Amino acid sequence: MAVRALEADLEPAHPGVLVDPDAIVRPVLSVGPSFKRWAIAMAAVVAWALFAWIWQLWRGLGVTGLGRPVYWGLYITNFVFFIGVSHAGTLISAILRIVHAEWRRSITRMAEVITVLVLFFGVGNILLDLGRPDRALNVITHPHFRSPLLWDVMSISVYLMASSIYLYLPLIPDIALLRDRVSGWRHGFYRRLALGWAGTPRQIHLLERAIGAMAIIVIPIAVSVHTVVSWVFAMTIQPMWHSTIFGPYFVVGAIFSGIAAIITAMVIVRKVYGLERYLQPVHFNNLGILLLVMSCLWLYFTFAEHITVWYGQEPTELSVFDARLFGRFAPFFWAMFLFCFVVPFAILANPRTRTIKGTLIASISVNLGMWLERFTIVVPSLSNPRVPIHTFLYAPSWVEWSLMAGCFAAFTLLYMGFTKLFPIISIWELQAAEAEAAGWMALVAGEGDEPAGPGANGEASAATEPALAGGWR
Amino acid sequence: MARWGLVVDLDRCTGCQACVIACKHENNVPFSTPASSAAGRLMTWIQLVAVEMPGRDHRVPLPLMCQQCDRPPCTDVCPTSATYLSTDGIVAQVYARCIGCRYCTNACPYVVKVFNWTPPEWPASMQGMMNPDVSVRPKGVVEKCTFCHHRLMIARERAKAEGRELASEDYVPACVQTCPAEALTFGDLDDQHSAVAAAAASPRAFQWMEELGTKPKVIYLREGE
Repeated sequence: MAVRALEADLEPAHPGVLVDPDAIVRPVLSVGPSFKRWAIAMAAVVAWALFAWIWQLWRGLGVTGLGRPVYWGLYITNFVFFIGVSHAGTLISAILRIVHAEWRRSITRMAEVITVLVLFFGVGNILLDLGRPDRALNVITHPHFRSPLLWDVMSISVYLMASSIYLYLPLIPDIALLRDRVSGWRHGFYRRLALGWAGTPRQIHLLERAIGAMAIIVIPIAVSVHTVVSWVFAMTIQPMWHSTIFGPYFVVGAIFSGIAAIITAMVIVRKVYGLERYLQPVHFNNLGILLLVMSCLWLYFTFAEHITVWYGQEPTELSVFDARLFGRFAPFFWAMFLFCFVVPFAILANPRTRTIKGTLIASISVNLGMWLERFTIVVPSLSNPRVPIHTFLYAPSWVEWSLMAGCFAAFTLLYMGFTKLFPIISIWELQAAEAEAAGWMALVAGEGDEPAGPGANGEASAATEPALAGGWR
Repeated sequence: MARWGLVVDLDRCTGCQACVIACKHENNVPFSTPASSAAGRLMTWIQLVAVEMPGRDHRVPLPLMCQQCDRPPCTDVCPTSATYLSTDGIVAQVYARCIGCRYCTNACPYVVKVFNWTPPEWPASMQGMMNPDVSVRPKGVVEKCTFCHHRLMIARERAKAEGRELASEDYVPACVQTCPAEALTFGDLDDQHSAVAAAAASPRAFQWMEELGTKPKVIYLREGE
């Protein structure tokens, strides 16, 4: 049984080919014309966004489309969206690592990079939203611990630190590999970052233990991050914000959009860097099933959230409910329903459409839908206050759209930059899997050369999957 | 310590908006245009809103200002303590500490906190007409009704200089002083002999959205039969 499971996992992903470090390293060290074109295009968008930002700093938040009572809009929507996407790394990497899902090996790093980079844009959108960004440090010099925003500051900084460490640790052996292959400034850069990695058994043991510990630590931190983000809304007494299920609802939505983000990134990286051998249909199939499950879970939470409000018929809640489902925000709400459930479910529930192209379409749809979900949570509640004051239809200004485009472009640029400094696929982890598989096959075939034994992963894994633990020997 | 409160008698209120003008002048609240108001940029610390009242077939004008809650939802959420419940019972707003995140504006169920979207501007004819006792707020911070807190500080200083206790009648906000219909009564709610305590004890008295548990110190008297 265990043999079959292992074979089923490994074979399609790594069909008997040796891991070729050169193929993965080559795109790191070379820059093609297409890369340059994209980098320039993205840099141009970022430059335009910088101009918009300076404009906003100079003129004040009056250059946005915000007003009373819609005090929050695109920036806060983006904040929640980006923090949500940051859950990609944790789920894919940490959870799959803990459950020893073999197919994770070629996708963990892609996911972890998204987490770390996107967090900066989550925090960045809060700074964009501040009326006085020059006083942002007041939250540290004059903290008020009863404010959910301060909880956010604390949990997001912890998450940023933990996920950076979690990205860095599995990078070390690959940095060392690059260190040994290059000269010049890159050599010095990698030498410092490699921390003297020589691949000794003791180093490997320590690294595996550290990665194992971090994989467990980042999960509760990640859950806390999006729970606290939801509490920014849920802790107020505003209609359709003050909801007990917002914590888990936001966590589910975050994992949902996170998986969609990583599938999108995988398709692009696979195509651009010719990594078809490492990112196979099985990866997209498995992630597609995960996305399908999250889509159903999302529907359940969304249904539970809205049916209770509707059944209760509490007037202030109902006015937000009506605006969201049937009023001026109805197009956004039903587009969200279409993008978050109908499209992904139709594509992913059918194994024949759960292809690379299919999961990509579903993922883009989910990302659009989840952005709309954040928008339809933030804006309708503010647009329908309890008091009968004048309200207006919020339309984001060119500054807000520009800064949003700038965030996405800057993220893309940083992601591209990362792929030119570090391998986007974890070479050593693939090689380890290969060694394990080879050892296991040898064991199965009875050719002697017993590779197993209680190894670095400890007794539990050694008992179930001896080859995995013994791969290093 | 006094518990400063305001009683608004809707039966006396004529909707003349003299309080709105007095407040704007007293507190250096910038002017707004119809266009900016339509875009949600109205700067005001007190405004008349049309409210449905039980037993009335038309909407009743109701002066809406910071309700000076004893349990303010806005102060809890401020990440920098820039807004807090002062020992005077007045919800304070420290402009120099506010980072402009607008969390308090969103947490307030009365939506009475306003944000400085742009630098404050006044027509040229207002040159030299500013109240020197009230600071002008820069762009990017939140502001709201303070019960004319500067007047309390001045009254307190004067009482001290004259070597006596601060009396309830020493301190009155600009809106109350101005109201020609005498619809507004201000004073110490804890002083049983004060006019404001007597008005607050009226059977017509109610606190807006008292079901939210915010415990406002602005008390409205519904119209008589």
